[in-house]
Amino acid sequence: MRVLQDAWRYLTDAGSWTGDGGMLELLAQQLLLTAGALALALALGLPLALWLGHLGRGGFLAVNVSNIGRAIPTFALLALLVTADPWGWTGGYFPGTATLGPFGRGGAATLVALALFALPPIITNAYTAVREVPEDVRAAARGMGMSGAQVFRRAEWPLALPLVASGVRLALVQVWATATIAALVAGPGLGRVITDGFFRTQYGKGIAGAIVVAAVALVLELTAAWVQRAVTPPGAPGSRAPGARTGESEPSAQAPTVDS
Amino acid sequence: MTLLAAASTPLGSSLALSTAFTGASTGAGSAADTADARCYSRLVNEWFCWDYVRDYRPEIVDATLQHVAITVASVAFGLLIAFPLALLARRVPRLEGTILGVSTGLYTVPSIALFPLLVPFTGLSATTVVIGLGLYALTILVRALLEGLRAVPEEAREAARGLGYGEGRLLLKVELPLAVPVLVAGLRVATVSTVALTTVGSLVSYGGLGNLIRDGVQGNFRAELFTAAVLCVVLAVLLDALLVLARRLLTPWQRGVAA
Repeated sequence: MRVLQDAWRYLTDAGSWTGDGGMLELLAQQLLLTAGALALALALGLPLALWLGHLGRGGFLAVNVSNIGRAIPTFALLALLVTADPWGWTGGYFPGTATLGPFGRGGAATLVALALFALPPIITNAYTAVREVPEDVRAAARGMGMSGAQVFRRAEWPLALPLVASGVRLALVQVWATATIAALVAGPGLGRVITDGFFRTQYGKGIAGAIVVAAVALVLELTAAWVQRAVTPPGAPGSRAPGARTGESEPSAQAPTVDS
Repeated sequence: MTLLAAASTPLGSSLALSTAFTGASTGAGSAADTADARCYSRLVNEWFCWDYVRDYRPEIVDATLQHVAITVASVAFGLLIAFPLALLARRVPRLEGTILGVSTGLYTVPSIALFPLLVPFTGLSATTVVIGLGLYALTILVRALLEGLRAVPEEAREAARGLGYGEGRLLLKVELPLAVPVLVAGLRVATVSTVALTTVGSLVSYGGLGNLIRDGVQGNFRAELFTAAVLCVVLAVLLDALLVLARRLLTPWQRGVAA
């Protein structure tokens, strides 16, 4: 149990948190990376999934994107992005490879890989959420003379929101945990503490890093659960037990995927 | 040739370049000529290169076999633990929340952290990777087993009991076979994500194709990286198809009902 004592010593040492490359800096980097990737995925995936759900088309694609996403190792994707350096195609005029974003090439590649990784849960949940709005609600809205956009905005969206939020919550925690693998391509974030400790056989340090990552994941999960409850209108389906509607009965839909 | 491919520093590549030139100028050019022809040489470095697949076949086959072995062992290990846990959760409903909570909590530990966490105890071995990945598979499999057993119609259970089936025989002969569709759905998810996750095992040098990916990144060897990444996806699809086939064989009564 020496390693656990080492981990505790590393965690309680102020020097390991502050300063250049300290854990606080890495923590901030990873939070920024997570938020950025999630925002990117939301901007891309949410409108598409909601629109497809509203039309009731492309269900095959929306559901299978999860299965495809699971089969592609994030590590491989990250490795390909770093090695390919797609930002080099612009001849260095546009952002420039080494200085792209705050964290350089590794950071940019991680951002894109994480955004792609966050797409499946967001798309699948948002699509399912809109599809699961009862047909009579939709018919009633249309019968009141609502246009397609109005049906979406005033009937489908409020009813779909809890399930959409649960998809975002799932994606958030997954992206946070997965962001650590940026360290495998010398990227930013807390993964560095883990790999540093590991490669220098300071296992205590590595475990300390893992503890911090898991603790923040827990905080994010609880915060997201709280937000999800806040956006769920009282009386809406899923307002009491959102978990019950998010496909608990179907392990493949709810099963979280981790970094790969 | 390997020297050309392995040279990763600018100095290294310029050295390789100069030897290639001197080789050509002195007339002993056959080595240099083939070096230029190879699409995976340092100077060409193509993404897809059949020559690479041919020349490095033993290495690729070894990595793939290791990948399959680790994946299968991990899922089997996960299933081995998930089975008693699911039965326990079913028997003692009060424990269900705890078991599901703990196994889901495991998921918040990133895999890159889980392997170093296990290393002090299991060392740099395949065991480390198998235990880590097995714990991840466990999360999905416990849920799948519970759901599968729950999906067994009560009438089937009643009928078996009426025929004099005991608890054990009921489980093995009636409940488990009827739980197969849901269980296989969980197994597919677990297997496909384990194939992807195995790559992270390269951290402890037991990552199957992940080792090739890691070496590919470090040495900027595009053919190696791309081939390994594609093989990972192919492997996931193949294993997934195998499980679908297994389900069809195990549930003959469902043929023609479900796709």
